[in-house]
Amino acid sequence: MKKVYSKIESIVGNVITVKAQDVAYGELAQVKTRFGVSLAEVIRLDNENVSMQVFAGGRGISTGDEVQFLGHPMQVSFSENLKGRIFNGAGIPRDNGPELHENLITIGGPSVNPSKRIIPREMIRTGIPMIDLFNTLVKSQKLPIFSISGEPYNQLLARIAMQAEVDLIILGGMGLKYDDYLIFKETLEQGGALQKTVMFVHTAADPVVECLMVPDISLAVAERFALQNLNVLVLLTDMTNFSDALKEIAITQEQVPSNRGYPGDLYSQLAARYEKAVDFSDSGSITILAVTTMPGDDVTHPVPDNTGYITEGQFYLKGGRIEPFGSLSRLKQQVNGKTRADHRAVMDGMIKLFAAYRDTLEKKAMGFQMSAWDQKLLKYGELFEKEMMDLSVNIPLEAALDKGWEILASCFEPQETGLQTKLIEQFWPKKVS
Amino acid sequence: MVTTKGIVTGVNGNMVTVKVDGVVSLNEVAYIHNGEKRLKAEVIRIRGDIVQTQVFEITKGIKVGMDVSFTGEMLAVELGPGLLSKIYDGLQNPLPEVAAKTGYFLEPGVYLDALPRTVTWDWTPIAKPGDTVTRGDYLGSVPEAGFVHKIMVPFTLYGTYTVKSVKEPGAYTVDTQIAVLVDAQGNEVPVTMFFEWPVKRAIDCYTERLKPTEPLITKSRIIDTFFPVAKGGTFCIPGPFGAGKTVLQQTTSRYADVDIVIVAACGERAGEVVETLVEFPELIDPRTGRSLMERTIIVCNTSSMPVAAREASVYTAVTMAEYYRQMGYDVLLLADSTSRWAQAMREMSGRLEEIPGEEAFPAYLESVIANFYERAGLVRLKDGKKGSVTIGGTVSPAGGNFEEPVTQATLKVVGCFLGLSRERSDARKYPAIHPLESWSKYRGVLPTEHVAWAHRFLERSAEVSQMMKVVGEEGTSLEDFVLYLKGELLDAVYLQQNSFDPVDAAVKPERQHFMFRLMVKILGGNQTFSDKEDARGWFNKLRQMILDMNSQEWKSDQFNETSAAVEAYIQERTKNMSAHGTKILEAMERA
Repeated sequence: MKKVYSKIESIVGNVITVKAQDVAYGELAQVKTRFGVSLAEVIRLDNENVSMQVFAGGRGISTGDEVQFLGHPMQVSFSENLKGRIFNGAGIPRDNGPELHENLITIGGPSVNPSKRIIPREMIRTGIPMIDLFNTLVKSQKLPIFSISGEPYNQLLARIAMQAEVDLIILGGMGLKYDDYLIFKETLEQGGALQKTVMFVHTAADPVVECLMVPDISLAVAERFALQNLNVLVLLTDMTNFSDALKEIAITQEQVPSNRGYPGDLYSQLAARYEKAVDFSDSGSITILAVTTMPGDDVTHPVPDNTGYITEGQFYLKGGRIEPFGSLSRLKQQVNGKTRADHRAVMDGMIKLFAAYRDTLEKKAMGFQMSAWDQKLLKYGELFEKEMMDLSVNIPLEAALDKGWEILASCFEPQETGLQTKLIEQFWPKKVS
Repeated sequence: MVTTKGIVTGVNGNMVTVKVDGVVSLNEVAYIHNGEKRLKAEVIRIRGDIVQTQVFEITKGIKVGMDVSFTGEMLAVELGPGLLSKIYDGLQNPLPEVAAKTGYFLEPGVYLDALPRTVTWDWTPIAKPGDTVTRGDYLGSVPEAGFVHKIMVPFTLYGTYTVKSVKEPGAYTVDTQIAVLVDAQGNEVPVTMFFEWPVKRAIDCYTERLKPTEPLITKSRIIDTFFPVAKGGTFCIPGPFGAGKTVLQQTTSRYADVDIVIVAACGERAGEVVETLVEFPELIDPRTGRSLMERTIIVCNTSSMPVAAREASVYTAVTMAEYYRQMGYDVLLLADSTSRWAQAMREMSGRLEEIPGEEAFPAYLESVIANFYERAGLVRLKDGKKGSVTIGGTVSPAGGNFEEPVTQATLKVVGCFLGLSRERSDARKYPAIHPLESWSKYRGVLPTEHVAWAHRFLERSAEVSQMMKVVGEEGTSLEDFVLYLKGELLDAVYLQQNSFDPVDAAVKPERQHFMFRLMVKILGGNQTFSDKEDARGWFNKLRQMILDMNSQEWKSDQFNETSAAVEAYIQERTKNMSAHGTKILEAMERA
């Protein structure tokens, strides 16, 4: 039996300190309060003083509460039984199902040896033309969705979760509104995808320390499944809440803030999570899609800024659509040469014309006269927004490419598109009179 | 020798506090005994018998009371034959060998020999018994990947030595004793092909430092012509994310006209290193005819690897660079990104509870950055030959704003500033080096005054462009408009370069000369245009022709044809040349 400590020396925010011996850095403890039992993680050792952050928060903890160290770091049960289940950030079921205790694995393990990594090579189909066609998602990619609050990013994530061609989905929710949590749950249930989903959800009402655990716990489980030859898609929403939780803890810990109150290691903290995305050469893979809400639509805010340096591009959600400008999949070149002969050409061609459409819109707004070419562009832009950009459009890549040619043909003469003659001959829709 | 021991008294992140029982030195390496594992750490602060160390591994599981042993040595790297084409982590652990041992994941506490002990090298002695030698003198040589790898008197042997014996020629492993030296007191010192050197000390076995004058050819037009880098110089590449820092580093590491390239991937994406790892063995170095990998060393401490080792990685890289410089080679060190290195310092400084400077960076940030870049240089070695280390570092400023401490501290000490701009990369103008913000203090492939003249066109073109935004094209005079078009043309066909085009990706100085002369003819020429449409049409066609030419093989029939057509096309419209333009053309003819 492990020793029980019944004198808490200090309680500052969510951090409590006891005097104890033989405690390891990162070890887990149980704190018994009158509100129930909570886990706590050791975050600092100073001689016999052991400081830990209490998952359930410091509120209501008394100096006389009991603390018992568990002798192991934060762990999560890993087995097939996880599938279809919903847990909170501490790994405790929130779906009234049984607690899982078999085959415990440690979270936040070491990083993958760079020399064992391979160049990403396979696309993940999502059925969303703005992704599949214009900014292809690639297996093992890490991509954030930059968005301002109020955009339908969680709906987008839920749709990708439903449609993405992957074996398993792990949803890590951080500071999720309870409604959004229910939306995820319902969407997945209705779509019948719940059985291939594991959810770790921290809602806005839950204690902030649990928020910090969500990415690690999600990714630790993902890693194990990937090593069992599954292609895992990890959806994290929202990483700005995670960063804010980091900030909160750092400030109560009296750490010197670096930029807008965020701790100096924000980059390393985010990178440690995002870099878990990997394609194991002889096993499965982890792909990460994460929502990063940008306070004030400001991409230079520390969270999106640090994220941009870490991830392999970003989807930029604006006005309910994935913006073609500002969105970028750095890995798309690895795969979009192998899909269909016209993929790259249609991608570039349509975007160039769409850029021209935006210029025309500006001209129009300033009251300039519209030429015949401008009229064509206006028609094209409207069609493009309706048939391609609208998030409700749900068609496979090939159909999206065909649709692209159709839109082009209904607006322009072949030579106006700037596409190669060879491709035009092959793909330009024949006129049906 | 009695080694100092200690016990752990505190853990805070990657900082571990230790109570010691004897002598310790700053930056000494210690090992924390966690069960079977030995975790490497470095002493960063000493206060009485309390020592603070930064641990190069994950600190989870460390307990108060664990044993710590001190080595008495500073953090050092192995220097000897076998470094080339290796992939190391920040502490010089060979990553493929680690992978063979531990699989996919980097388990803490695994330290392997940096230099393989089983490979043999063909040893040819240079020194003879009776020779008097000092540190850095050549004892012999071995061939390594097409280079002559000099085996030197270890840099750690201060003082004068007499060679007692030298091993006869033959194939030996690095740990074979290849010579015995005798010091002034008569003590015998055996020497092998490799030795260790502390990474945070600059290697100083040379007679003098020289001023960098010779340009380091990167085969990028905007760099070699407008913002050149010198062999032995320093340059920095700040830019926001997505502006192409890493692509620029990768193309530079591929095409740079140097002997050896060391890439320090410091706190960046692992995926980018993988591209280098996979592509370099396939690419041929035109200088040696061997694979590019054979002239490259990769030091890779990516963003998710332990932070303290990230801090060490740039020093590990620069020490190996200095080592090859001692053999008379030109070495290029590319560090991507120095901001991550600075952030590693910031994290540690925070844990030490030091009083923070700007944006919480430590107050010593500037001097540390200056010290690092000062390890670049062109030197005259003891045998009169020259060797150089050139350092290029990328900087990732928060929010893309150059007014932040790391960028500013770097700008103070580098000789060349290649500022990348979001604006240019959004417009797909690559490389996105901003021509009006960047600068260089070095001499390039063309005389500085010629380049300055061409640069004026870029400035005036930008001015006209700004003006046009206010008054519109209608309110701009034809003369100004042509000036604007000239600047745009120079930008489109000279500054921008397609790194995915096999020909345009790397442009030799000879071709840059040719192109520049062409540019002078256009910029310095007075052309006749009836109106703005006429001018725009003429420049558009000219741009298309030159872009076509850019992707044609140098001096191929096709190229000769296009260039003749371009010359004729220009000639046709040019009334006369401006005086300055004529002067430059004449000067270029003479040269």
